[in-house]
Amino acid sequence: MKKEIIAAGFGGQGVLSMGKILAYAGLIDDLEVTWMPSYGPEQRGGTANVTVVLSDRPISSPVLDSYDTAVVLNQQSLDKFESKVKPGGALIYDPYGIHRMPTRTDINIYPVPAMDVAMELKSAKSYNMIILGALLKLNPIVSVESVMQGLKKSLPERHHHLLPANREAITRGMELV
Amino acid sequence: MKEEVKLMKGNEAIAHAAVRYGCDGYFGYPITPQSEVLETLEALMPWETTGMVVLQAESEVASINMVYGGASTGKAVMTSSSSPGISLMQEGLSYIAAGELPALVVNVMRGGPGLGTIQPSQSDYFQATKGGGHGDYHYIVLAPSTVQEMADFVGLGFDLAFKYRTPAMLLADGVVGQMMEKVVLPEPRSRRTPEQIAEQCPWAVTGDPTGRKRNVLTTLELESDKMEVNNHRLQATYRRIEENEVRYQEYFMEDAEVVFVAFGSIARICLKAIEDAREQGIKVGLIRPITLWPFPTKRITELASKAKGFMVVELNAGQMVQDVRLAVEGKAPVYHYGRMGGVIPNPQEVFDATVSHFPFLKK
Repeated sequence: MKKEIIAAGFGGQGVLSMGKILAYAGLIDDLEVTWMPSYGPEQRGGTANVTVVLSDRPISSPVLDSYDTAVVLNQQSLDKFESKVKPGGALIYDPYGIHRMPTRTDINIYPVPAMDVAMELKSAKSYNMIILGALLKLNPIVSVESVMQGLKKSLPERHHHLLPANREAITRGMELV
Repeated sequence: MKEEVKLMKGNEAIAHAAVRYGCDGYFGYPITPQSEVLETLEALMPWETTGMVVLQAESEVASINMVYGGASTGKAVMTSSSSPGISLMQEGLSYIAAGELPALVVNVMRGGPGLGTIQPSQSDYFQATKGGGHGDYHYIVLAPSTVQEMADFVGLGFDLAFKYRTPAMLLADGVVGQMMEKVVLPEPRSRRTPEQIAEQCPWAVTGDPTGRKRNVLTTLELESDKMEVNNHRLQATYRRIEENEVRYQEYFMEDAEVVFVAFGSIARICLKAIEDAREQGIKVGLIRPITLWPFPTKRITELASKAKGFMVVELNAGQMVQDVRLAVEGKAPVYHYGRMGGVIPNPQEVFDATVSHFPFLKK
């Protein structure tokens, strides 16, 4: 069992931390894990992406040419990674701000209106957790419980009061697909 | 007891491993993509626990000279930087090598030349393995390809540095520095006591020569005959290191027709390309030099009489390929595929480049 996932978007949308939580969850579930970021020097804006591999066997390369699942959160990322999804794989995207829709017919495409839900929840910061919920629903490679534990590990203690809100965001995300 | 498995970046693993090794001092200056080494050390606050000194120096030149000073007293000291910063340290490295002093230097390479880019590269291979600074000198160069090796090679680097009284370099790249994966950290050890240092390093200048002859450490020797003797002594050390410390790892080599040679992160990308090729019955293998100096010359010479060819893949314009060609001695074709400026090829690109040179591999 091996899952090769790429998550890409604007810096600040939370793709790197979403990948990190997934990686921590993999660690808790005793899987092999690599988390490989790629981003520019800027803290916000710019493009950021992260490759996460979860496997029950040792992982050779943290850098890949094709993915089981691509999570794309802006137009550039959609344009760049749609063609990199393996046939039969999944493409998850947020239609917010997307003007050129994905066109492939040999992969499963899931629009996830996470921005709308984040605005409804009045919590822009929960955006990546909504996306993560959708990803977990489609790819139950790690359990939600492990994700919550992973979140606890990657969040500083002073932010632990936000854990219930994150769980709600994940649940809402799961309902979107 | 089950070992505790942690998830962390390669740079963070270096910091944890340094404290656990019983490192006495770290002196460094921030630069992407290795700033997490200093950041993690500051967060760990080892001066409260082991007494290790962590200092952000005013520059890389200051850092390496603080290492020079600390090493002269027999302490286990280190610095870390990335390519442009390591260039600034070359004078100090030459002095530390000439002074026959143990020290650990970490270079998490980024793309050059010049200020270049913050993305990963391996373009400092020549600088690391051929000298870099002035004079005839070498230091041991270890090339980690996993976060686990980032942690393990801190201790190995220090041990080798003290064994041979020479600097050691951990030559990583931005991929292994920035990526996270599982790691088991080494068991924590205490820092050595002054008595242990005096016993291990009788040459150290500790400020108190009571009971022994006075130690003098200098790299200056104006009499040519004596300076040549110093050079011969260094060269003798280098021959011993070449004899005893070559390290490499082989993958899928039992029946490989084409042999990949790659180090660090790109070796893992090659390994993935090889795994994919093997699924189609294509006979390719990999030798991954772990010590870049001393280089696994003998092993590659042996392989050259069996293999149909070599494919050297690097994140540079072709540096290690020269050492491979010297080792192959013209017995087999040697090709190079390199990307520069921070570009990382994916496994398919590596394989396509290989097939372009070895068309018989195409199924």
